[in-house]
Amino acid sequence: MITIDNLTKIFETENGPVTAADHISMEVPEGEICVLLGPSGCGKTTTLKMVNRIVPPTSGRVLINGEDTTGLNTVDLRRQIGYVIQQIGLFPNMTIEENISVVPRLLGWDKARYKARATELLDMVALDPSIFLKRYPRELSGGQQQRVGVIRALAADPPVMLMDEPFGAIDPINREIIQDEFLKMQKELRKTIMFVSHDIDEAVKMANRIAIFRTGKLVQYDTPDNLLAHPIDDFVESFVGDDRALKRLRLVRVGQVIEQSAPSVRMGDSLEHAFRLMEQHGYTQAIVLVNEQQQPIGYVSRAVAQTTQGFCGEHYFGLKATAHIEDDLRKVASLMFNHDTTWLPCTDSTGRFVGQVTQRGVTHYLGATYHAQSDTAALKHVAAQAE
Amino acid sequence: MYFPRFKPLFLLALLVLVFLSGVIIERNNWLAQFLFYSEDIIYLTGQHIELVVISGGLAILIGVPLGIILSRPSVRYLAESAMQVLNIGTTIPTLAILALSMSFLGIGMVPAVFGLTIASLLPIVRNSYTGLLEVPAHLKEAAAGIGMTPLQMLLRVEIPNALYVMFAGIRTALAINVGTVPLAFLIGGGGLGELIFTGIDLNRPIMMLAGAIPTALLAILVDMLVAICAWLIVPKGVNPLRN
Repeated sequence: MITIDNLTKIFETENGPVTAADHISMEVPEGEICVLLGPSGCGKTTTLKMVNRIVPPTSGRVLINGEDTTGLNTVDLRRQIGYVIQQIGLFPNMTIEENISVVPRLLGWDKARYKARATELLDMVALDPSIFLKRYPRELSGGQQQRVGVIRALAADPPVMLMDEPFGAIDPINREIIQDEFLKMQKELRKTIMFVSHDIDEAVKMANRIAIFRTGKLVQYDTPDNLLAHPIDDFVESFVGDDRALKRLRLVRVGQVIEQSAPSVRMGDSLEHAFRLMEQHGYTQAIVLVNEQQQPIGYVSRAVAQTTQGFCGEHYFGLKATAHIEDDLRKVASLMFNHDTTWLPCTDSTGRFVGQVTQRGVTHYLGATYHAQSDTAALKHVAAQAE
Repeated sequence: MYFPRFKPLFLLALLVLVFLSGVIIERNNWLAQFLFYSEDIIYLTGQHIELVVISGGLAILIGVPLGIILSRPSVRYLAESAMQVLNIGTTIPTLAILALSMSFLGIGMVPAVFGLTIASLLPIVRNSYTGLLEVPAHLKEAAAGIGMTPLQMLLRVEIPNALYVMFAGIRTALAINVGTVPLAFLIGGGGLGELIFTGIDLNRPIMMLAGAIPTALLAILVDMLVAICAWLIVPKGVNPLRN
């Protein structure tokens, strides 16, 4: 857990003092990623760098796991905080192994232990230790270097990590891949991470919480979903973008909007039965056809069921696409647009039909949180007036 | 540049040249005259090397730490002024420095070493200083952020990454040094200058060459030695010679 308490930084410049960070207070809960986000010059990087005192704070405190770091020696403090910077900062005079072992060696680990650790970490980011241990940084691609930069910060297993736009210098395709890898790693490692970014999409993807900064002040500190659904003011709203509802698609899983206990038909059911089910559930288009293992294999259209006699197995169409229960809505929306459909059958991890997701369900889910907010906002407004 | 097609031609020309010079040298009996000085050459070369080793070594021992100290953030404001002072050592003709040092240190080896050290100090300090300053800021930030003490940062990150530039300074300084040592003879410091200057005075070209050729060879040798040191000592990851 990182707790920041009234942290302030005032730079003395030739044109008078500049407040880079103005009484910032926030808390990053254990095992979460908090992304500090904002336009350049907003104080996010200053705030991050005050945690490990690369920028010495003018006033305020930083607590790590509840312990005040003010009295701690700077070197000791930094050794228990992983630090990743945008320029990566691998030492070109050292091999990859030496780079990864820097902190363990500073901490006095014995040789066998830090060597094993370097091997283990390279394995974790899928770089073959037998090849990469003895390489020099300049022999690696940018993406490989950044992976090494991240595992170097992880080497001594610090509880807390600071990352300053760590994936900023990587091309978009590799950035996505490294982000995914990093999230997968984080799922197991559960570090408490502060992460500076200027990219709202990256923030939404990586963060458990997002802190929006503007001119040295913390404007809003919230979960990504809340931030996108309820930006606190015009600045945040414009910063998260006009398409903020679309950005939320990424945050919502199919499981959250699925229409459960959706009916389905089997090969042997009559078309009449299918039609009756559609009537009952108000389906205007089609119903899913499943096989013996409950896997969706096709659909029976309402028009066919209404006008034709026979069995479902004789009059069904193949499925164009299915959604997985763990998929995010962005993928679902994309599938729907691709296949010109307003609904998709959903499967669980065993491939069985568990329900369906409809365009209406999605818009309803996203809309519901907006309505809830405007209702409470209205209430607050009334309450404020009453006072 | 390398042109494989011209290589045989070039070799042939070289062979002809060597042959012709051999003929000329032999006809004028120059070699025998040259070898007449062999005892002097050996003795004076020893003196010459002694002067180079002592003055060059002193310049390195003083210059590198000075460059390192001047690059520290706390004294960096002094750096440019200090450079200007050292620059005087290079601007003033070496002969003048030698004359000056003779005037208060007397004649002999001591004033020679003193003057030579002063003259070769600047490139070493300058390159040590700039080399360290040019270590990218993000490397220093990474080193500090990882929790290195300033001394660890200097020894493990800054110096290894500046070493190549530092060696370049030492190389320049020693090249100047070897070439300047003959002047030491003028204030009684000895060295191959004795043959060169006496040869000039007595109008004996062979005697002059007996001093000049070993000096030139020595310069090349020292340069090669420094290059080999750089090749061995500068870490592989930042060594342009080992790419």
